[in-house]
Amino acid sequence: MKQRVVITGLGVVSPLGTGKERFWSNLCAGKSGVARVTRFDISQYPTQIGAEVRDFNPLDFVDKKEVRRMDRFGHFAVAAGRLAFADAGLDPEKLDKDRSGVSVGSGIGGIETLEEQMKVLLEKGPRRVSPFFIPMLIANMASGYISIEFGLRGVNTTLVTACATGTHSIGEAFRVIQRGDADLMVAGGSEAAFTPMAFAGFCAMRAMSTRNDEPERASRPFDRDRDGFVMGEGAGVVILESLEHAIRRDAVIYAEMAGYGTSSDAYHITAPDPDGRGARNCMARALADAGCAVEEVDYINAHGTSTDLNDKTETAAIREVFGEHAYRLVVSSTKSMTGHLLGAAGGIEAVACILAIRDGIIPPTINYENPDPDCDLNYAPNRALQRPVKMALSNSFGFGGTNASVIIKKFEG
Amino acid sequence: MDIYGKVKALISEQLGVEEGELTMDTSFEDLDADSLDIVELVMALEEEFNLEISDDEVEKIKTVGDVVRYIEAHA
Repeated sequence: MKQRVVITGLGVVSPLGTGKERFWSNLCAGKSGVARVTRFDISQYPTQIGAEVRDFNPLDFVDKKEVRRMDRFGHFAVAAGRLAFADAGLDPEKLDKDRSGVSVGSGIGGIETLEEQMKVLLEKGPRRVSPFFIPMLIANMASGYISIEFGLRGVNTTLVTACATGTHSIGEAFRVIQRGDADLMVAGGSEAAFTPMAFAGFCAMRAMSTRNDEPERASRPFDRDRDGFVMGEGAGVVILESLEHAIRRDAVIYAEMAGYGTSSDAYHITAPDPDGRGARNCMARALADAGCAVEEVDYINAHGTSTDLNDKTETAAIREVFGEHAYRLVVSSTKSMTGHLLGAAGGIEAVACILAIRDGIIPPTINYENPDPDCDLNYAPNRALQRPVKMALSNSFGFGGTNASVIIKKFEG
Repeated sequence: MDIYGKVKALISEQLGVEEGELTMDTSFEDLDADSLDIVELVMALEEEFNLEISDDEVEKIKTVGDVVRYIEAHA
């Protein structure tokens, strides 16, 4: 029999703050985390804005020696993991560590380290490349660090599915517990790609907004004048556990994992299938997995990147899957405030869904000013909505045509 | 700064320990340094003192004093 899976802990490092409550209050207040990029010299780039994490000191979470041996995406992952662990009230000493695991992914991994060490190689030669280069680079080290930090000896896995990483990582962790391979999983995503090379690459794709003179207004999903995504960074991690395990340890339960669906566009390396089939399929599969009717979904946290193609394709896919109900439910894109955290997006957006369920508040899509006839749903424009949320769906779509949706519902005994 | 002082400063930076905790007798095992830490430290020493330390020589280095004596003999 399948185990029921509940969510009992939340950890966030985001452009809107570190810690779930700061993140959530800023989201509900409609604050933008976007500003001019400061992590490197941005003057030569066509896009000069992004949502950087600004209130974060790795030494608050990682000891001094380890800080130097970890890329920034590792700092974020360990921090979000520790915050989630503490939020869940978990005592590592009371945990069956052989039955506890990790699935925290990254879209890119330690690219800042890669760029620094490439310079060392070119300037000083191969004998000066750091022995920590490879462990700092590889994307599976987010899960590795968290596993070591808490001594978790069960599953230790990593999914790398570009911007769908966080959602796939949570969905697959849900499956691990459902089928009984673990009692508890730390799941989510981490990303730190504000680097000269990564930023140049996204600029070359013409994928990012160039609204440099109005950073806070640049991420405008579903608005007619959207002109590309705005990069963000950070990590979003949740604690998933079997209902049985959560009850046994008297955990506070935020919500229940209800469904998970995945699909592939099989169409183009970066552009979504204009027919929206991939997006439709993963939402429909998640709904089937949850065994629920479309009318039960109150809120969709959209992928909503603020690119021309994504927002209209995703809107059309929601219309097709949900029919008339598409106009009754609320869709919002929290990327309007956080920017696009790439592989961590699904992590923080799952947290947004969970807190929407907890508080009965739907965070807004800010910068929604001029309706686009192709985007005609209720996007919670500019102001949070007070409305009970029993069931929320979160979408993530990645380069390579990879798609994932999770459905989270209010926990009812 | 003398060689001992420079070595202590480098080790402190690389391994995240206070300089005041280091003596000539402090061993890298006491400092929880793993093989990767040692490789990184050796690179930093090679840069600082402009010399090359072979892997065979690295094997023999167990304490802060071993480092200082090696550098005094070779720099």
